[in-house]
Amino acid sequence: MADGIKDKVVILGMGCSKFGERWDASPSDLMVEAFEECLGDAGIERNEIEAAWFGAGIDAFHVGASAMPMAIALRLNYIPVTKVENMCATGTEAFRGAVYAVASGACDIALALGVEKLKDTGYGGLPQRSRGVENDMYWPNLSAPGAFAQLATGYRARHRHNKQDLKRAMAHVSVKSHANGAKNPKAHLRREITEQQAIDAPFIAEPIGLYDCCGVSDGSACAIVTTPEIARGLGKEHLVSVKALQLAVSNGTESGHESWDGSYLKTTRIAAQRAYDEAGVRKPAQEISMTEVHDCFSITELVTMEDLQLTEEGKGVTAVLDGDFDAEGKLPCQIDGGLKCFGHPIGASGLRMIYENYLQLQDRAGPRQLADPKLGLNHNLGGFPHQNICSISMIGHL
Amino acid sequence: MAEENELSRGITGFGAYIPQARLQRAVIAEANAWFDASLKGLGRGERSMCNWDEDTITMGVEAAVDCLTGFDGYAPESLYFASTTFPFLDRQNSVVLAEALDLPRQVQALDIGASQRAATSALLALLQGDRDGMVIASEHRRSKAGSRAEMLWGDAAAAIATGGGPALAEFLGGESLATDFVDHYRGGEFDYDWEERWIRDEGYLKIVPETVNRLFENCGVAAGDIAHFILPTDQARTPPAVAKRLGINPSAIVDNQAATVGVAGAAQPLLLLAKTLESAKPGDLILLTGFGQGCDALLFRATDAIGGFKPASGVSGALASGREETNYARFLAFNDLIERDIGKRGETDKQTYLSGYNRRRDLVTSFAGGKCRTCGTVQIPREKYCVNPECNALDSQDPYSFADKQGEVLTWTADRLTFDPSPPAYFGMVQFDGGGKLMMDFTEVREGSIESGSRISVHFRVRQNDPQRGFRKYFWKARILE
Repeated sequence: MADGIKDKVVILGMGCSKFGERWDASPSDLMVEAFEECLGDAGIERNEIEAAWFGAGIDAFHVGASAMPMAIALRLNYIPVTKVENMCATGTEAFRGAVYAVASGACDIALALGVEKLKDTGYGGLPQRSRGVENDMYWPNLSAPGAFAQLATGYRARHRHNKQDLKRAMAHVSVKSHANGAKNPKAHLRREITEQQAIDAPFIAEPIGLYDCCGVSDGSACAIVTTPEIARGLGKEHLVSVKALQLAVSNGTESGHESWDGSYLKTTRIAAQRAYDEAGVRKPAQEISMTEVHDCFSITELVTMEDLQLTEEGKGVTAVLDGDFDAEGKLPCQIDGGLKCFGHPIGASGLRMIYENYLQLQDRAGPRQLADPKLGLNHNLGGFPHQNICSISMIGHL
Repeated sequence: MAEENELSRGITGFGAYIPQARLQRAVIAEANAWFDASLKGLGRGERSMCNWDEDTITMGVEAAVDCLTGFDGYAPESLYFASTTFPFLDRQNSVVLAEALDLPRQVQALDIGASQRAATSALLALLQGDRDGMVIASEHRRSKAGSRAEMLWGDAAAAIATGGGPALAEFLGGESLATDFVDHYRGGEFDYDWEERWIRDEGYLKIVPETVNRLFENCGVAAGDIAHFILPTDQARTPPAVAKRLGINPSAIVDNQAATVGVAGAAQPLLLLAKTLESAKPGDLILLTGFGQGCDALLFRATDAIGGFKPASGVSGALASGREETNYARFLAFNDLIERDIGKRGETDKQTYLSGYNRRRDLVTSFAGGKCRTCGTVQIPREKYCVNPECNALDSQDPYSFADKQGEVLTWTADRLTFDPSPPAYFGMVQFDGGGKLMMDFTEVREGSIESGSRISVHFRVRQNDPQRGFRKYFWKARILE
């Protein structure tokens, strides 16, 4: 019987580029920026890396196919490099590959890096792109906000919230993240906003307005992982270990079977329970110190709080408005500013979220530092509410 | 004269479709009178206009469905599709229609075009042949911006059935005349026509009477006995002039609806026939003509069954379902009469991979999903494994049609970011009555009319145009039931 990933692998070092409209930076430049910080943090040489996982989400708009762009950009030493793509879970997928490689004993030190260059499209928002030969014949041309706006209408119908209350809670989600992001020099958007600004902003996809959407940015983040023994051998203290790494992928039930009503994220519920079991967490709302969740849109974050069992089903609106997830609240969420302020370079986001929890656990988060965090949760959701991939990772003190 | 007997042929059903959008003629006049002041005189009333996702085929499907709804499971043996605005010059448009209607593959499907009397010729051929069937006539008219035609014409479709039930109107006889009188022609994109007075005096007033008088003679009918006289034309004064010359009572003239629908080209004869059949009384004689490089004339007599057929909406229902359109720029954009900035999101490749389409034709055109023989779960699309997580049986599904189903909106949005020819793009998750769930586009949404729980019906529409290759994709969309 497999006993899970808990405490088998530790983070040796991490790096994260400045996120934003990096007109001056190529994908290679972004990768190198994150990698240099990561190497320095790990205190190893490039040639000590034995295997690498490379995450990039939308090939056509930046790096191109295969693992070669990363091997070339970082001048890796002809080691095995694997390219992974799993929509918005891509960064966490790269991390999972590297962590599993170390846990298996196949190598001692592995690298995970994610990157995305979204600002070479010539327009705002994520690139408009094909969904495949057959899907394009009958799928709506849904944009990302269009997809997640339906989570809002489905959630609203299920719990009989009125439009104004839900919209105000959604606004609060964004106000909180902007307040956090303003303190983070690596964030893309560093301006505080008011609830009224968020409520009054024009609709992008009703009821999602401009400030309910995360930014669209360029960026890269990476991690070097190894075993606890090797890390200690390298003189590392205050080790941060992987407690859980889970993934749940829709199998078409939500989109095609009436057991799902559109009001929640089924994959998040499944991946969360598996992660809690793997990490030995019994009372998530009490045991988890902080979360970085996939706030592609404010409504996603709100519903995710319920799906992660951090508040009761249907009570997300109240919990958000009560400030439960604010920086000073019971369980801070997006303490770094989240996708909301970092933007969402697809391949990088998962690793960027782990990076923040890693800094927090090492007491290195500067003005954003939380008091004595013990366990951090990262959550990504790729795709659409009715068909998606959810990844959850948890890290904490060894 | 044909005697009433069991073998007599005739019309057994009818249906119609008129796009909901009705462009106000005043806005056309307002935009164009600077160039042609005479347009002001036509600046009252309205004309129908296709939405961006409607065309000759989609309107044809609607008219056919409207007609077939009046029957109890009738599948025509022949399907004649008449138009001068087929989307495809070489791809049998009637076959697309037949698959959208999910008719048996043995159906004799045929396109008939290239004349304003295409529909009357098709109906005549059907009535004089030995198969029963349906003629569908549909026209998405194309005219130059600021033209008189733009004000007088409209988009519409109609369907006439000749089998599947008792004759509502018995076919008494028909005549045709072929003569290359070129009142107008279309050698390129738009029509080119000659002077109206010449067309009236040398065309209608000579060619129609010659044909109709022969028909009267052969059928033993007197002009004064005609109760309904249909002469499709955009010339307001021509039907009275022709009626007078023939000796037909002026009160028998069926109005061409120029100021409510617009004259619908090759669909006009059947649209007016369908309208007439809604109100005809038993015994009424109906004279239907079609004009274009000659003339067709068909004579019918309404039977005692005339009041017994009920299409889903008919012409009167379609007329009543209009909504005012006052934006002339939208009409220009929908009809590709102006080069609009569509934004970079509109630049993505719209290729249809025909081999992939062929695999999914039952889903895309016929809107068929599946019903699991093992657990009974209804689902769409039909995949190899059943979608029910408690079942997941392999190859267990029988085809199951959603084309006639209604349902309700679970989730929805109005997306202003994605590319759509008429933003915002409305779409959402639909739960069908009897099972099955699908994320689909909504069409004809009035702002504020959609909520979770709204009831919907489904309609065959254009999903995407591929201007680079001249192809277009079709799929079914949901429309809010009001």
